[in-house]
Amino acid sequence: MIVVNTETVPGYEIVALKGLVQGNTVRAKHAGRDIAAGFKNLVGGEIKGYTELLTESRREATSRMMQQAEQLGANAIVNVRFSTSAITSGASEMMAYGTAVLVAREGWRNREQA
Amino acid sequence: METGILLLGLYVLLPAVLLGGQFLLGSYVERAHLRSLEERESARRSFLLTAMKAPPRQTVSTERPPMLVSGEVVVSSDYFKSWVFGFTNFFGGESKTFTRLFDRARREATQRMIEQAQMMGYDAICNVRYESADIAGNAATNGGRKNAMKIAACTVSGTAYVRA
Repeated sequence: MIVVNTETVPGYEIVALKGLVQGNTVRAKHAGRDIAAGFKNLVGGEIKGYTELLTESRREATSRMMQQAEQLGANAIVNVRFSTSAITSGASEMMAYGTAVLVAREGWRNREQA
Repeated sequence: METGILLLGLYVLLPAVLLGGQFLLGSYVERAHLRSLEERESARRSFLLTAMKAPPRQTVSTERPPMLVSGEVVVSSDYFKSWVFGFTNFFGGESKTFTRLFDRARREATQRMIEQAQMMGYDAICNVRYESADIAGNAATNGGRKNAMKIAACTVSGTAYVRA
């Protein structure tokens, strides 16, 4: 499946609209990682645990969105946006949403006629 | 007399030493990060990043379908800088240290996104969008907690494509 955050897919044209699809997830890291983050807050630097948290959340939200698009019979999602919100310290919600569409290689009409 | 020295040690010297240590460690961590960022940025100077919704037709190669790429990073401030921020917050004005913290987070996330795109064989990213996540929970319940952790969480996403 082609997933992009642009409105169109270069080299392809949109042949059918399938509608809005979205996926979300709320994740948290175990208490040990939270405590480690607290220590990291003393000396500064990257908090790897929370970076992972965001990466996992994004993957999860994106794959849920793609599942929805598959159910709608789409082969691409365009104009994908992410949004996050905090539940409490150390936990976050990630939401991905976009427009599910059916795309075909440019010039497919001409080839069909030929 | 001895209690005086003890109290002085407990309430003045100990915090001063701790703050000083955190200042040294914190600025070391920050400088190391900035150096690594500069290295990677100059190595990837030829990679094209744009905030354009759709790059001009003739500049895109259609051999390979575009792909969504993303990067995310969470960077923490050190205790000394958070302490200094208390003063900035009182007197007002720009907090240079926190401005730099968010800048570092954003640059790091950008580098990770580019890394991902390069690994898949793309050489440009368009429609780059930045966002920040509230991991520390500053905006969550009870109107933001005063002693929440000072961290910058930045996420970025874009569409990777091959240049013509």
